[in-house]
Amino acid sequence: MSQVWSYFQNHQSQIGQETWTTVWLAALPLLIGTLIALPVGWWASRTRWLYLPLITTAGILYTIPSIVLFVSMPGLIGTKILAPENVAIALTVYTFALMVRVSADAFGSVSGDAMSAAAAMGFTTRQRLFSVQLPIAVPVLGAGIRVAAVSNVSLVSVASTIGVAQLGSLFIEGNQNSDLHPIVLALILFVLLALVFDGLVLLGIRLLTPWQRAVTAR
Amino acid sequence: MTTRILADGTGLPSLSHVPTWLNDPTNWKGSNGIPTLVQQQLTYTAIAVVVALLIALPLGLAIGHTGRGSAAVGGVANAARAVPVLGLLLLLVVWLSPKIHTTSAIPGLVQRGGFPYFVPLIIVLILLAIPPILTNAYAGVQNVDPEVRDAARGMGMTGGEVVRKVELPCALPLIMSGVRSATLQVIATATIAAYVPLLGGLGSLIYSGDQSITDPRYGYPVMVSAGILVAALAVLVDLLLGGVQRLIVSPGLSGRRSRRTPTRGPVTALVGDATAGP
Repeated sequence: MSQVWSYFQNHQSQIGQETWTTVWLAALPLLIGTLIALPVGWWASRTRWLYLPLITTAGILYTIPSIVLFVSMPGLIGTKILAPENVAIALTVYTFALMVRVSADAFGSVSGDAMSAAAAMGFTTRQRLFSVQLPIAVPVLGAGIRVAAVSNVSLVSVASTIGVAQLGSLFIEGNQNSDLHPIVLALILFVLLALVFDGLVLLGIRLLTPWQRAVTAR
Repeated sequence: MTTRILADGTGLPSLSHVPTWLNDPTNWKGSNGIPTLVQQQLTYTAIAVVVALLIALPLGLAIGHTGRGSAAVGGVANAARAVPVLGLLLLLVVWLSPKIHTTSAIPGLVQRGGFPYFVPLIIVLILLAIPPILTNAYAGVQNVDPEVRDAARGMGMTGGEVVRKVELPCALPLIMSGVRSATLQVIATATIAAYVPLLGGLGSLIYSGDQSITDPRYGYPVMVSAGILVAALAVLVDLLLGGVQRLIVSPGLSGRRSRRTPTRGPVTALVGDATAGP
């Protein structure tokens, strides 16, 4: 363990750089993918004929192995093969595929009574969406975002097998030098990053759903 | 065949070579042909999922039946998702492989000297497949209507009989969706097998293509073709398992013979279901 620590100290600046790359490669797609999925999911929850085809397509998108999507990006959008954008866009696709289903179900599961009550109180459709439906859907949306956040972090590592430099590169380095230390270090860092992401999402859910604490406190 | 340079000068051969490569009969023959690679990929997947099922199903049924340990197992299963498979695989390759000294081979699956790499791969794939099956199995049992369970007990069934004749069949739809998630994950992940020495599967096309990426006949188009094959394989296998699910799940449960429109399940189950990873 002490050798893992000394490996970390000897390569601090490189590891810092790679950690930062890993963070933005996982976080940005999470944000963008979710922001695109929310309106599409909301639309699907209101439009019966759209629901099934959309969920099926999202399911198929989610079955494409990450390494495949990473290497297909240059041919599809003309980026360079080692560009980190390939990874970012591929992870955006996965986040979207996961969240579109979650958000369609989350919006669809908001009780009709709550919506009718809001309508009777004179809320417009838009007000109902932003001050009733969206807040009520937050716990389910949040559960989906937690899954997406954690899996995004570990998916980033796969990109190192085709040479995109981030924390996963430590796995490759350890493999090439038959050295366990960088591998163990990277495993620890990946799990820590995932925990941090998960914690931040949990914190967000907590802040956005004050009524849940109000109910338990009673 | 000529190399077309992409407009932005990345120098990658165009994707129009993909159908050419897929249609070339020489790519469908021999020990590096598509059928052999598909067979290897499917065999890795089948071994891993079956072993995972043997471990996770009894454990999941027990946890669901007794209600003990579900929080701990749920936490571990969630944390497991954060561990990068590639890291775990290379950890075992560096640490475990040098300790395996057998040179025996399994024809068509493991070549001579391949065992030290085959074992880590299978271990990692099993570890990947256990969480979705396990969590769905105990969630499935816990979701069984308590009245149904009481009725079974009232009829004089023993604990074992309740599990085998009531809880298992009732939990089967969720268990099958866990198995399907696990299979999709494993089939996709088995692609990285080719990153370690002496193993095959469709990933070998991706990683060998990466070595000569600008070559229109062996490089980038082959990587993309392999990708299409993996995705198609994943979809096909999922359809097949969907068929198996129709066969083994009682019609009374799947709602196919009832006139009532099937109600949508609890949303938590849907979220859990989406854990099939790419």
